[in-house]
Amino acid sequence: MSTHAGGYSADPRVRPVEWLPWIVALAGFFLLPEYLSLGARILIYVLYALSLDLIVGYAGIITLGHSAYFGLGAYVAGILAAKAGISDPMVQLAAAAAAGAVLGVVTGAIILRTKGLTLLMLTLAITSVLLEIANKASWLTGGADGLSGVVVAPVLGLFKFDLFGKTAYLYCLVALLIGWWFVRKMIYSPFGTSLTGVRENSLRMHAIGAPVYWRLVLVYTLSATIAGVAGGLITQTNQFVGLNVLSFESAGELLVMLILGGVGRIYGAFVGPVVYLIAQDLLAKQFPEYWYLGIGTMLVLVVMFARGGILGILDGLIARLQRKA
Amino acid sequence: MQSVLASVVSVAFHGAALGMILYVISVGLSVTMGLMGFANLAHGVFAMAGGYVLTTAISRFGAPFPLALVVAFVLVGAASIVLERLLYSRLYTASDLEQVLFTIGLIFIAVAVARFIYGTLQQPVVLPDYLKGQFSLLGRDFPTYRVFIIAFSAVMVGLLWFGVERTRWGAMVRAAVDNRAMAQSVGIDTKRLFSLTFALGSGLAGLGGGLGAEIIAIQPTYPFENLVYFLVVVAVGGLGSLRGPFVAALLIGVADTACKYWAPQFGAFPIYVATIAILLWRPAGLFGRHA
Repeated sequence: MSTHAGGYSADPRVRPVEWLPWIVALAGFFLLPEYLSLGARILIYVLYALSLDLIVGYAGIITLGHSAYFGLGAYVAGILAAKAGISDPMVQLAAAAAAGAVLGVVTGAIILRTKGLTLLMLTLAITSVLLEIANKASWLTGGADGLSGVVVAPVLGLFKFDLFGKTAYLYCLVALLIGWWFVRKMIYSPFGTSLTGVRENSLRMHAIGAPVYWRLVLVYTLSATIAGVAGGLITQTNQFVGLNVLSFESAGELLVMLILGGVGRIYGAFVGPVVYLIAQDLLAKQFPEYWYLGIGTMLVLVVMFARGGILGILDGLIARLQRKA
Repeated sequence: MQSVLASVVSVAFHGAALGMILYVISVGLSVTMGLMGFANLAHGVFAMAGGYVLTTAISRFGAPFPLALVVAFVLVGAASIVLERLLYSRLYTASDLEQVLFTIGLIFIAVAVARFIYGTLQQPVVLPDYLKGQFSLLGRDFPTYRVFIIAFSAVMVGLLWFGVERTRWGAMVRAAVDNRAMAQSVGIDTKRLFSLTFALGSGLAGLGGGLGAEIIAIQPTYPFENLVYFLVVVAVGGLGSLRGPFVAALLIGVADTACKYWAPQFGAFPIYVATIAILLWRPAGLFGRHA
């Protein structure tokens, strides 16, 4: 395992290379003003992928239903904005986070008692329940037509969401920075180390007296909270909520992004969405058939040959160069 | 009163037909998961392939319906052996996450290929004349094709159970499900057994997909849309068991039909809630042995 993985024994100081994503993000803001809406989407998906990495990569919980928390956050923010007339973005975001947290702790406490196929099935079933509710309760959610009329007031009463997406981009960037700081802090803490312990050998963790179940419930709740925030952000930047935020395909897509970047190493969650969403923007509309074919083939190849994703390949290359030098 | 009884009978009948189809498709998944511990989310791909083979054989090559069913079974089963040897077998020892990702990848590929060849439209099923129309039983009319589905699936299920409970192959499969290492050490070639069982399960899925093409529409998104149903059957029924998924499939078939008939405003909501409740009550499924 490389030092990227964090852990209690790893040096918790921020290495210089870890500033790179933020420099790139700021450079993107100034150099590519016409791509800011795509940029905001990428930032949101990085945050969303980061939340998934916490449970899949660090705690080893396999889920196909992470879109439940993302979707709930999106709908809570959307319903507040469109139906309840609460337009303050901070309040919407706080509500989305709270909703994600509540659903996370309730469902986590229930489903984390199981494992394997049963756990997988339960995550799918929970998401399906939410999807059915969103689909059928159209008086509240807009149903299959989606929820439009989302009103978002200026951030802190100062920064208005503009047509070019400047405010949205910086707003998402700040949210991601906070999320990243929090996740990083957690992974380098004893708590983060105990999660890795559960992933690697939960029997031994039981044996040394670690409260395995409660640790898992806690990380699941935190992850659901972050996913809820990401959902709230996507509503605020799109000013629309569609059923697809809750779909199985969207959860699958997120998993693909994370795997593509590299699981269990924080920055895999940065690289994956960037590559995936830019490629999707360039290719998916022209060649929809080839897009899915490409994604599928890539997944199979990653599992067969490159289990560490893009960052894993990079690690391998660097190790090789160092051996030669 | 008469009309209530009529609708109950009708729901039970259509539910049974759907349940039978779900069972024929999913039983292979239960065996794959029980025998090899492989989380094969792409099982629906085999059912979809069976559906496409059947509709193509009939409409393009003019094959008679029974022959088309046989072709769907054989072709899908044979293709699955190739997939199993080339890809699946490399991942038997991989982690659950890797198996899940790999099979999701297969679904994406299958969806793209199906859309590429057949377009996004649903494939029409051309039934022979003798399966059209109504079938009278005890003074009621039932659609002949559904009666055929129930009867045909019942025969298949009977054959399968006989095979597993009474033949040497079945004894070997049961032994390997119970304790793979032990089975191997008494001289059972588990690798070959896995391949054959996988092919049989996939072939059955192909058969089920073809047989049920009129009930579960054959279209490119099939493996995604129906994944939850196949998984529910296996998870609720219990891994590696034959009877569990049978009961689960019938329950789901009838419950789904009943929901659509009496409470369409709830969609599939009650099914999912019931699934969650059952899995919390019995995490290993209704008939699962591993707690």
